[in-house]
Formats: sequence, structure tokens, C-alpha cells
Amino acid sequence: MPKLTPEQIHAIIREEFGTEAVSDLDNSRTMPNFTVLDHSLWQPIAYFMRTDERLKFDYLACLSGVDYNDGTLGVVYNLESLAAYQHKIAVKLKCTKEKNVVPSVAEIWRTAEWHEREAYDLVGIIFDGHPDLRRILCPEDWEGHPLRKDYKVQEYYHGIKVPY
Amino acid sequence: MPSLLDAKISHGGVIVTKVEDLLNWSRLSSLWPMSFGLACCAIEMMATNASNYDLERFGIFPRSSPRQSDLMIVAGTVTFKMAERVKRLYDQMSEPRYVLSMGSCANCGGPYWEHGYHVVKGVDRIIPVDVYVPGCPPRPEALIGGLMKIQELIRHERLGLSRKEALQKIAAKTAPAEEVIIAAHPFNANVKPTVVERQEKETEEATA
Repeated sequence: MPKLTPEQIHAIIREEFGTEAVSDLDNSRTMPNFTVLDHSLWQPIAYFMRTDERLKFDYLACLSGVDYNDGTLGVVYNLESLAAYQHKIAVKLKCTKEKNVVPSVAEIWRTAEWHEREAYDLVGIIFDGHPDLRRILCPEDWEGHPLRKDYKVQEYYHGIKVPY
Repeated sequence: MPSLLDAKISHGGVIVTKVEDLLNWSRLSSLWPMSFGLACCAIEMMATNASNYDLERFGIFPRSSPRQSDLMIVAGTVTFKMAERVKRLYDQMSEPRYVLSMGSCANCGGPYWEHGYHVVKGVDRIIPVDVYVPGCPPRPEALIGGLMKIQELIRHERLGLSRKEALQKIAAKTAPAEEVIIAAHPFNANVKPTVVERQEKETEEATA
């Protein structure tokens, strides 16, 4: 089996899930990526990407939470086929600040479990179906999500003044 | 006051001294710090403990229990998660106890002072600090300097003299930082005039 180009990977996914499921390929020089438009299809797509014989994305290199500063939040998944073909691609999901829920892929790539907890802790994205969605870096009773662009630090934490 | 070893004590093996001086001398000669480090300052603290700088020549030897230690070296960034642990360890130490804040983070929040939402902006917000050592991280010499300040504080302790008063006494004896810098770099043309020079100039101008 050969190493696939981003266009071929994108075509395989569109062929399997239809043209409405994912956006056009953004052939960025740094990391080619596409956006999953239908959130309900993200878990099947992720499972397909991991198990399909042609794709075999067995490695989730990174999962990042993003605040785009226009009311949109996002998650970026950097995927690699490490053992089989060495091809890579990034997948994006977007949601709004009001409806900040995306499906969890912690059951598909175990790496995602702690990464999703981090994205929840710092950006405030809720991962539906995560086995143990707690804060991972900040204290459990911390207020707010620090990497949100509109974040304001709390005045006191357990009686200790927080701002300088 | 001459230190105990400088005193003439060769007369028949008899030492005459005050109990306070003897107790202070023995306490300052065996300062046992709490062995815990929070960030990169801890690396420098460990280097100071190791053979090159050899803190044991001052009787300073890290202990792994707060019950056995009388000095806490807060070496590094204190996060809010860690703050309660630091406070608890401090509470578990028995009196008399001393706190040395090592490095910019423990002193005032350091590089995290503005955007570091997770960092306590100075460990003195949770526990009382006796000596602050500046630096990011401080060199071992600076840490040793801070430890000697703690020793000086112990040497000043008396019944009926509070810790605050002892610290004020030490501060009154300290030379202004500018003068120390000029004394160390006499050929630097860009240095500011000393406090004394400035005062002399002001009085000259006032009389003229």
C-alpha cells in the first residue's frame, strides 16, 4: 500500500461519507486539513480513518482547542499513520461558544482522553461521550477557562489574591 | 559581637558566653532546609547543595520532613494548586522557622506576573517570608548570600526582640544597593551618583 496524498485521503472520506459530511480540502503548506461539517458523523469518520486499510491513521499526534475570537471555538486533530504509511492530515471541528459540545474520540485514540480534558480545562469545549471529563491542569474549583480570548482572571482563589 | 570561634577561648578549655549567643550560634550552624523544589530554581538549589558549592560546610543539609526542618527554601514558581501544599508544609514545621523566597517567581510572580493566571504573585501572599533572593534563577552564590542573611537574622535574635525588629536591625546595617554596585564596578562611567554624592550636591546647590 502506498503513502497517500492529502487529496487522496480527502477523496476516500468523501467517497465513504458523502460530499456533505466534510468541507473541501484546505491544502495548506504547513498542514493540509479539512473540516467535519456534520458533528454526528465525526465518530464514524474517526473510526473509519483509524481502521480503514488504505488510511490506517493509528496515531493522534496532537489535539488542540482553539478560540477563533469571533464566537467560534474549534478543535484541531493532527493525525498520522505512523506504523503503516507515514501520511498525515489535520481534521478540524468547529462549534459556537453557546453550543460548545463536540463528540469525543477518546475511545478511538486513547491519547485523546487527556488532550480532551486539557481542551475542556483551558478552552471550555465539552466532549460528549468522554469517560472522565474533569479539569486536568487548573484546580478543580477554578473559575472560567483561561485560554478563552475574553477570559478575565478571578479576584480571589481560596482567599489568595490572584491578580498582581 | 565577635563570632564564637573568634573569641579568645583557649584559657583552660573554658568558654564564657551568654546562653542566647550559644543557642543562636548552634542553631545558625545547623540550618536544615525543607527539601522541596518547585521549578528551575530547584535545579540551582540542588547545585548549591552538591559538591561544588557544598552547603554542608555551613551545616545546611536538606531534610525530607517538615517536622525536622527549620528553614523553607521556596525554590521556584508557586502555582495556586501548589499554594495550599506550601502552606500546609509551612504549618507542619515547628517554631522557630524561617522562610527564604528564592527567585523572581517566588518573590513576585516573575515572568508570570501579568498573564500567568495560575501563578501566585509572590509566596508572601500565603506565608511570611524572611529573606528574598533575586534572580531568575539566582546563582548558587546568591542563594548562599541569602542563607547567610538568615544566619545573620538568627544571630540577632534575643528574648523580647521580635522577628520584625531583628529584620529592621539588619536592614539598617545594610549598605544601599547603588553604593554596593559602584564599589564593585568603580570604572563604570555610566553609574548614577551615590546617595552621599547626591546629598552633597544638593546641599552645595542649596547654599549657593
